[in-house]
Amino acid sequence: MAASEPTPSDKVVVLEVFRYRPEEDEEPFYQTYEVPYFEDWVVLDALNHIKNEIDGTLTFRWSCRMGVCGSCGMMVNGDPMLTCAAFIRDYYPATIRVEPLNYFPVIRDLVINMDDFLDKLTDVQTWLVPKEEKPVSEGEYLQTPVELAKYKQFSMCINCMLCYSACPVYGQHPEFIGPAALALAQRYNLDSRDGGADERAEVMFSHEGIWECTFVGDCSRVCPKNVDPAGAIQQAKVTATKDWYRSVLLPLGKKKGKDA
Amino acid sequence: MTDGVTKTKEYIRPMPTNWWLKRKSYFMFMVRELTCLFVCGYAIFLLMLASRLGDLDAFTALLKDPIVIALQVIALPMVVYHTVTWLNLTPKVLVIWRGENRVNPLLIAAAHYLAWFAVSAVILWIVSMYR
Amino acid sequence: MELLQHDILIVGGGGAGLRAAIAIGEENPNLSVGVVSKVYPMRSHTVSAEGGAAAVVKPNDSLDDHCYDTISGADWMADQDAVELFVNEAPREMTQLEHWGCPWSREPDGSVAVRPFGGMKIERTWFAADKTGFHMLHALFQTALKYDNVTRYDEWFATKLLVTDGVCQGVTAIELRTGQVRAVVAKGTILCTGGAGRIFSFTTNAAIKTGDGMSLAYRAGVPLKDMEFVQYHPTGLPGTGILITEASRGEGGILVNKHGQRYLQDYDLGQALDINDPEHPQKRSMELGPRDRLSQAFIQEREKGGTIQGEYGDYVHLDVRHMGEAKINKKIPFVRELCRNYAGIDPVHELIPVRPVVHYVMGGVHTNINGETPMPGLFAAGECACVSINGANRLGSNSLTELLVFGARAARAAVQFGTSCGDIDAEKVMAQATEEQQRIRKQFFQPGNGDETIAGLRGELTTTMEEGAGIYRTGESLQATCNTIRELKERFGNVELADHSLTFNTELTSALELEYMLDVAEALAHSALARKESRGSHQRIDYPERDDGQYLRHSLAYYGDGDPRIDYLDVVITRWPPGERVYGSK
Repeated sequence: MAASEPTPSDKVVVLEVFRYRPEEDEEPFYQTYEVPYFEDWVVLDALNHIKNEIDGTLTFRWSCRMGVCGSCGMMVNGDPMLTCAAFIRDYYPATIRVEPLNYFPVIRDLVINMDDFLDKLTDVQTWLVPKEEKPVSEGEYLQTPVELAKYKQFSMCINCMLCYSACPVYGQHPEFIGPAALALAQRYNLDSRDGGADERAEVMFSHEGIWECTFVGDCSRVCPKNVDPAGAIQQAKVTATKDWYRSVLLPLGKKKGKDA
Repeated sequence: MTDGVTKTKEYIRPMPTNWWLKRKSYFMFMVRELTCLFVCGYAIFLLMLASRLGDLDAFTALLKDPIVIALQVIALPMVVYHTVTWLNLTPKVLVIWRGENRVNPLLIAAAHYLAWFAVSAVILWIVSMYR
Repeated sequence: MELLQHDILIVGGGGAGLRAAIAIGEENPNLSVGVVSKVYPMRSHTVSAEGGAAAVVKPNDSLDDHCYDTISGADWMADQDAVELFVNEAPREMTQLEHWGCPWSREPDGSVAVRPFGGMKIERTWFAADKTGFHMLHALFQTALKYDNVTRYDEWFATKLLVTDGVCQGVTAIELRTGQVRAVVAKGTILCTGGAGRIFSFTTNAAIKTGDGMSLAYRAGVPLKDMEFVQYHPTGLPGTGILITEASRGEGGILVNKHGQRYLQDYDLGQALDINDPEHPQKRSMELGPRDRLSQAFIQEREKGGTIQGEYGDYVHLDVRHMGEAKINKKIPFVRELCRNYAGIDPVHELIPVRPVVHYVMGGVHTNINGETPMPGLFAAGECACVSINGANRLGSNSLTELLVFGARAARAAVQFGTSCGDIDAEKVMAQATEEQQRIRKQFFQPGNGDETIAGLRGELTTTMEEGAGIYRTGESLQATCNTIRELKERFGNVELADHSLTFNTELTSALELEYMLDVAEALAHSALARKESRGSHQRIDYPERDDGQYLRHSLAYYGDGDPRIDYLDVVITRWPPGERVYGSK
């Protein structure tokens, strides 16, 4: 977010913004705003300019403005983006259309309801279930850099929901656990300290879990942190399939949710 | 501010039936999925040929039928696309680690392509042995 | 109006708040905990912290060394009993977080890795690449999901403390989705609402850092301690203020002026070692000096004409090129990403433009070493609290650890208090809540109030803070700022909202946040005016020396009808008598 503004030019960029005020509107509509053009502004800067100077009623979420808190996800010209990382200069002079993230209910203007996602995190149990008990007084669990690397990518998720907005399966089947939640579940499954794969399996390997995914792959395309949730889900499918064969062909062997 | 309970009226945006035309990646996904129909269709074609094995004229007539040839011309790129998209996705599924780094995904895909060519070469060689 | 009741209420869902919730989840699962947060917890500003969290675990380190580094770093304003306790509990807390899944970067043998950090004689800063705060917050948030006894009130905006007969019994909060003002009551209330960097115009802080909890306590009569001490982090990107972590210097990055010289050697921070010297970066020296001294050096260098002029003000360069691409990608990948996205440069090949930026508030709600405030039933932890372990200047990587240590301690103290205090008088609490609801409606929704804008007043506030209460201050500049703040507070009464909606009214929350910011600014400016000495991050050009005789005491700012009343409290000295802060020598 630009803290100070250098000399403004005469240039102006037009934003077409989705509006919905539940107390006044039956249907949403689009409102057009003209915003001064600055070379280093992002779409979030433009939205803040509108709220501060033009229309105090425009409502949207934001916080860190540096791409790590995940608050400011919105559709920009049809693509799910973090508005703090969508540079106006990449769109100018075209009109920029800003809409709430797809496939979520709209509470108001650009603010969506993401309760569903948070419930799913609890359902799929995205927390560490230690494989072995170890008292804190004995120090940390040892984990080599090689072991850390195995799950590190999937731990980078900022919960911005862009992947859900890119997933047509989630759009049609909101019961789908979804890319981010499954990637986070996989993150724990691959953590060498974790032994909770069996507990996650019931939800993760259910019909609403990984098997709902048809590998469209757009979730990974839009992810601003290169988490690659699509990769996480397909790898989980391989693991689940191997486990199933093992349990069928070697019924005496212990069923594991984690690949050796 | 009121004292009564205010219900919020959330707006649900319906997903359009032509959602798959909205993004190039969605469209290509649908094409990829539909290519399986061509694979299936080719299997049916082979069964039709097999059913004409006793009658050389009918067998040849089917092969020379212009509609059948047209379908072949369409099916070939579809099946190749089906294969190529599948091979390109293998690095997502097959993750090989060398220490803290992943083996380059391009190498994984390349290895699968090589395997495809190698198996095809072997099959062609076997076929040529039985002429 | 509905009364929501829990045993313990936590206001703020960042690192400290979540640690407090987990502490109760683990140790008192029969108690019910409510967590009220104005944002979803994973959006809390803890998420932006980059560099690391300090704790003594390596054999070459010692608790006493961590104590001394912290106390001297604080220019002796830190309470030494609190520092000793903090340093003692830090390793256990950090290890506990590792047990909860935090993905700490590791040594080849699997033990946690540590890196050097500013002002520390021995490296002891645990890190998770350079997104330590992100990983810590998400580890805490995901762990907190396990506990059935924790109820979260996400996007509920606290507006006032409920206080009955001098005892804190919860808060009123606006449920943003519906606009309803609700009373959330509990026997113990823990404020974990973070700092207030947004009162300055150039800050690393997110939008939400508006000093909410500090103002809530202040207005209820609880003093704000040491508010004059504001940390300017030496390396923020010009324009945006985005943080470039101290870890870049911990891993060997150097600061150079417009002539390419490592100018810090002119400012009593030691000699510049060659970057290829195995001893580089030298601890407690040069680029690894304490943050206040580095930011002050920038200002002095600017006066000498050594800084580079840019469209967003002067800056210097941070050079990490000699680290090489592999090391940068491994140790500070987020820095690389931020530079490419927001500064248009690739630090592997180019110099990073940086300048000092407001980052952290050492001051806050006055608490003791257990997180107890002077008001029974009210506790505080994290950046919003002042224990004090950070004194006049905080060392980098102490604050993330502080969240864990004091988040847990405040929770335990709150639980202890809750077992012995009386029941909550529902009627008295309801009366307060109803009054608060009416206050908000009257203040912001009555038509024809006036023509001040929130953005306009906020801009004037941040400008006067930056100008009058920045790195170097004078009596005049501070008095001018105090006057401006008083005027802004009066003009605030004329703010009229364009948005009268009940549903997710962020214009209303911005107005309430501005109110909080004005309170915090007032406490800060008056405390700074009253402290006639220079110490740590509080530098007075008119009083350039440190004055232990008069001012080895914490300031306490009490809210009043006119100007705040400033009182003083002796700093606790145990084993480290006040000495000179020396950096640069071995």
